[in-house]
Amino acid sequence: MLRTPAIRLTGVSISYVMTGGRRYDAVAPVDVAVEDGAFVSIVGPTGCGKSTLLNVAAGLAAPTTGTVDIYGKPLSGLNGQSGYLFQQDALMPWKTSEDNVALGLEVKGIARAEALSQARSMLAKVGLKAFGDRYPHQLSGGQKKRVALAQVLVRHPKILLMDEPFGPLDAQTRLVMGELLSTLWQADRKAVMFVTHDLDEAIGLSDRVLIMSAGPQSRIIGDFAVDLDRPRDLGEIRHDPRFHRLHREIWSVLRDEVRKTYGLADA
Amino acid sequence: MKSARLLFLQILVAVFAIALWHVVSTTSLFGDPKTMKFFFSTPYDVFWRTVKVFVEGTIWKHLGITLLETILAFVVGSSAGIVIGFWFARKPLVAAVFDPYVKMINALPRVVLAPIFALWFGLGIWSKVALGFTLVFFVVFFNVYQGVKEVNPVILANARMLGMNERQLLRHVYWPAALSWVFSSLHTSVGFALVGAVVGEYLGASAGLGYLIQQAEGVFDVAGVFSGMLILAVFVVIIDSLVSLVEKRLLKWRPTTEINTQA
Repeated sequence: MLRTPAIRLTGVSISYVMTGGRRYDAVAPVDVAVEDGAFVSIVGPTGCGKSTLLNVAAGLAAPTTGTVDIYGKPLSGLNGQSGYLFQQDALMPWKTSEDNVALGLEVKGIARAEALSQARSMLAKVGLKAFGDRYPHQLSGGQKKRVALAQVLVRHPKILLMDEPFGPLDAQTRLVMGELLSTLWQADRKAVMFVTHDLDEAIGLSDRVLIMSAGPQSRIIGDFAVDLDRPRDLGEIRHDPRFHRLHREIWSVLRDEVRKTYGLADA
Repeated sequence: MKSARLLFLQILVAVFAIALWHVVSTTSLFGDPKTMKFFFSTPYDVFWRTVKVFVEGTIWKHLGITLLETILAFVVGSSAGIVIGFWFARKPLVAAVFDPYVKMINALPRVVLAPIFALWFGLGIWSKVALGFTLVFFVVFFNVYQGVKEVNPVILANARMLGMNERQLLRHVYWPAALSWVFSSLHTSVGFALVGAVVGEYLGASAGLGYLIQQAEGVFDVAGVFSGMLILAVFVVIIDSLVSLVEKRLLKWRPTTEINTQA
């Protein structure tokens, strides 16, 4: 049990200097570890700094204090071992689906023909076999997310970082995307850090769910192991009594934080 | 069916305008036809004058010159605009230093430059190319500058997470983003190139459409002026539709915004 975690944030805090020179402490020093092969979700109310924490793990943002270790090595610059799935559309609009997916391989120096063939097979895996020559604007929201997922997975990163990736999708599409992610993840079990505000999604997908408190100075206020069997059927699992029990437990912690965000907390 | 109706209405406007022009210039409803004819010429005269220059073939040389000037001004102006726009966007210090000068030069009405260019480059095509250049350059320059500056930060972050180095970012992100802005301003910049050429010819030349119009004006040949304007207008419409064709090919990754013509 002493394996080096894939991601270890130690004493990481994040502060901004706002216009006018005032300091805003978004995240209080927190410790987070994501074990290799584990699917860990971070759930918290809006604006608690959970996405910022993810960006710190990606190397897109620098922590104010604390250290980031990836497989035991201090992170400097971008986290090259990770793939990042963004909440917003991040595909290059001027490239077709297969070019978008192949791009991540081509920049590694893989020959174009090889990159394209890998891209096509990855697109087939996410169920977009016939959509390789479409441009992003010709795809639906869910299809774009599938391309983005393929773009990340085709590079076979050791770590997956996801920032509310299914946030902008409708409820049914979210469920289908969750199923897809779950299946693909099951195949090679990467370390995943998954940020969401959707508790059902978090429990359904994860091995562990971390709860963050409302900002400023958000902390990790809950760490729940999800002991549901895999593979899981995301639609069915919601009717499992163990799911209900976990959901109730976690929600009781989360509810007060969500209320605080909206100034509803009873003193 | 809808587009046929639209075409019919469009033609109707032309017919109405020409009919009005005919009535004004040939009847005594609005004044003495002789005076009216002197000021406005007649649709009939303008039409036959236009046919004449094409049948005699004298027009082709002038059209060719104007087209050549337009193309040169566009190519040279956009190339310079792209290079300098890129450079300024990637080097904020350079942009900050040159900012007031760029604004000053851009604020200058280009017509005042025409005599200077005629002095520097002579009365041949290059003084017109230079005038067109000063118009095209700024359109393209500002678009590229803006395009590179305002690349979607999420796409940029994604590209970096996909492992792109600075050179690859330039090729796969900045370059296409900037080009899309250039292409979307293609109509404006091609139009400006043509304006530069014609205005340049008008102010001093020995050939070209602008020269023809200026010559006709010099001898109060109103039919000649209108005929020149008619040829110029058709010329512009043809060039513009060619640009639309090119644009459609180059920007096929972009969603098309259909204009709804239904009532």
